[in-house]
Amino acid sequence: MSKIASAFSPPGHKALIAYVTVGYPSVEATLKVVPLLADSGADIVELGIPFSDPLADGVTIQKSSFHALQNGVTPRLCLELAGQLSQKVNIPLVFMTYYNPVFSYGLDKFCSACAGSGISGIIIPDLPPDEGSDLEAISQRQGLDLIYLLAPTSTGERIRLAAQRSRGFIYLVSVTGVTGARDRVPADLEAFVTRVRNTTAQPLCVGFGISTPEQASRIARIADGVIVGSRIIQLMEKEDDFASLAELVRSLRGSIDKISGQ
Amino acid sequence: MLPDERGYFGDYGGQFVPETLMPVLDELATAYKEARADKAFWSEFEALSRDYSGRPTPLYLAERLTENCGGARIFLKREDLAHTGAHKINNALGQGLLARRMGKRRIIAETGAGQHGVAAAAVCAKLGLECIVYMGEEDVRRQSLNVFRMRLMGAEVRPVHGGSRTLKDAINEAIRDWVTNPDTYYLLGSVVGPSPYPVMVRDFQSVIGKETRQQILDKSGRLPDYIIACVGGGSNAIGIFYSFLNDKEVNLIGVEAAGRGLSTGEHAAPLMAGTVGVLHGTKSYVLQTKDGQIRETHSISAGLDYPGVGPEHSYLKDSGRATYVAVTDQEALEGFKLLCKTEGIVPALEPAHAIFHAAKMASSLEKEKTIVVNLSGRGDKDMDIVAQALGVKL
Ligand SMILES: Cc1ncc(COP(=O)(O)O)c(C=O)c1O
Repeated sequence: MSKIASAFSPPGHKALIAYVTVGYPSVEATLKVVPLLADSGADIVELGIPFSDPLADGVTIQKSSFHALQNGVTPRLCLELAGQLSQKVNIPLVFMTYYNPVFSYGLDKFCSACAGSGISGIIIPDLPPDEGSDLEAISQRQGLDLIYLLAPTSTGERIRLAAQRSRGFIYLVSVTGVTGARDRVPADLEAFVTRVRNTTAQPLCVGFGISTPEQASRIARIADGVIVGSRIIQLMEKEDDFASLAELVRSLRGSIDKISGQ
Repeated sequence: MLPDERGYFGDYGGQFVPETLMPVLDELATAYKEARADKAFWSEFEALSRDYSGRPTPLYLAERLTENCGGARIFLKREDLAHTGAHKINNALGQGLLARRMGKRRIIAETGAGQHGVAAAAVCAKLGLECIVYMGEEDVRRQSLNVFRMRLMGAEVRPVHGGSRTLKDAINEAIRDWVTNPDTYYLLGSVVGPSPYPVMVRDFQSVIGKETRQQILDKSGRLPDYIIACVGGGSNAIGIFYSFLNDKEVNLIGVEAAGRGLSTGEHAAPLMAGTVGVLHGTKSYVLQTKDGQIRETHSISAGLDYPGVGPEHSYLKDSGRATYVAVTDQEALEGFKLLCKTEGIVPALEPAHAIFHAAKMASSLEKEKTIVVNLSGRGDKDMDIVAQALGVKL
């Protein structure tokens, strides 16, 4: 079983996936928070490598990315920190970033550095399967999962494409929109998840806009994993106090486990 | 035929966008393919180009400029005389008609100098479509006259506060709007962005080169030796180059913004000083740091102040079919003043870069040679900036 697949086992276990921007609000905070997320019940942590032009992100992650870049965070540093963190935690770590930093690093070099740092997968919101063949081949050689995304606008044909090509899981974008905590889960989310479910047996994880335990439990009912990002970033604004963050993650965990009956 | 099926010009182009937009780009590509094959679509485009935009624009022999340089004859393709003051209207009109054909009611656009925003606002007013224009805060400040014009024509101008607060950030914000509202039509202003934009915008702008070709043959009996155009995203340049791509004897020269000088790092010349990367959905030359972060740019002209460039230009550069040079802020101002004084034509700061380079080249060429410069827009919008640069208080 790949490391990411283990996050969905035993069968019926619903994964909680947490996103942080590396170096926000500081590098030390990232080193502290990731183990805290793991201890509080996250099954996978997405480490965001900041990019200057995050066009799939809403205001919260735009700000955290900008801040991290101001702190001097580079892909190299992210790889280094991932190396340290993968020694400290026992859950899979995946990178989330945009294509240009990866392309600029060099696909081969980046993937082998990922493997060397204990990274298990990569999520790139501006790299659809149509453009992903090169990175797919190279990442596979390094034992990395390249995780593709689907959106409510995806057609049947595109769902089949992602189902064939995504590895680890498929990332379902809950809304037509950018990242950012939202008050409501869209009404047609169930229909969207069902459409994808009817095409593939791959694990389906839903993200974008999810911020409360109530929303998480609604997602856990229909999908295999819940991804929370912007809400976590918001709670990290006050660097010294991660108590409320740990509290949120524990309650997300609790609400998800109630659904999976664990 | 380029681009290929996947929207690539050689190694450049493609569709690097969030999944949400992939089906939307498919829909756009299909709609454009149908429109492209439809005679009625083009006859409406041509009729409005004539009666609304004022086409064909003249090709004008700039005699005193030529005399002043003392060498090759310089012709100006007068896109500055097109409606709304720049070549941008060609593309805005074409895409506006396409949007209406697709049944879209809400149009978004980005703008740098404000020329594309003004063109989009005009076409939307004319076609009765809602128009929202994203514009970097810095550009809102330096092109305030155009902001006022857009608002007069009923467009909503939304200042963008993120990043460098210029064109790049306006495009980011427009794409975010589009991801959120996939039913909206995104009226992109240059030959950049994901496929099919580079080819679509090129098609609508290629009217410039088609006219130029006929006009120069009528006036001089042969093709020009040089065609010179400024390059921001690259639409006016591709527009005038395209009809001459197969005429190997015609030298195609694109002029990028060297800002404060290429060596200072404060410029907007990705073809001259960039490396290959992916920005705004397309693979092309990009100004970026060694860590793959997009660099901030500088140019006195807002319309050239962009770290990327259309993928077809990257292809033309690598293949050697076109050559690219860069002209500084100071030199562009020289070109600006020169055209004002010798011809009584006030150019926009963007084509002032091309004017400077043409004047410099002309001096070193024989009198039998001809140069065509794409005078892509007029300078009314730039009065404040030029006055400031010349130390004049208005
Ligand atoms: C008059 C004029 N020329 C040139 C440009 C640069 O754009 P492009 O390179 O797409 O022609 C602009 C952009 O705003 C412009 O207003």
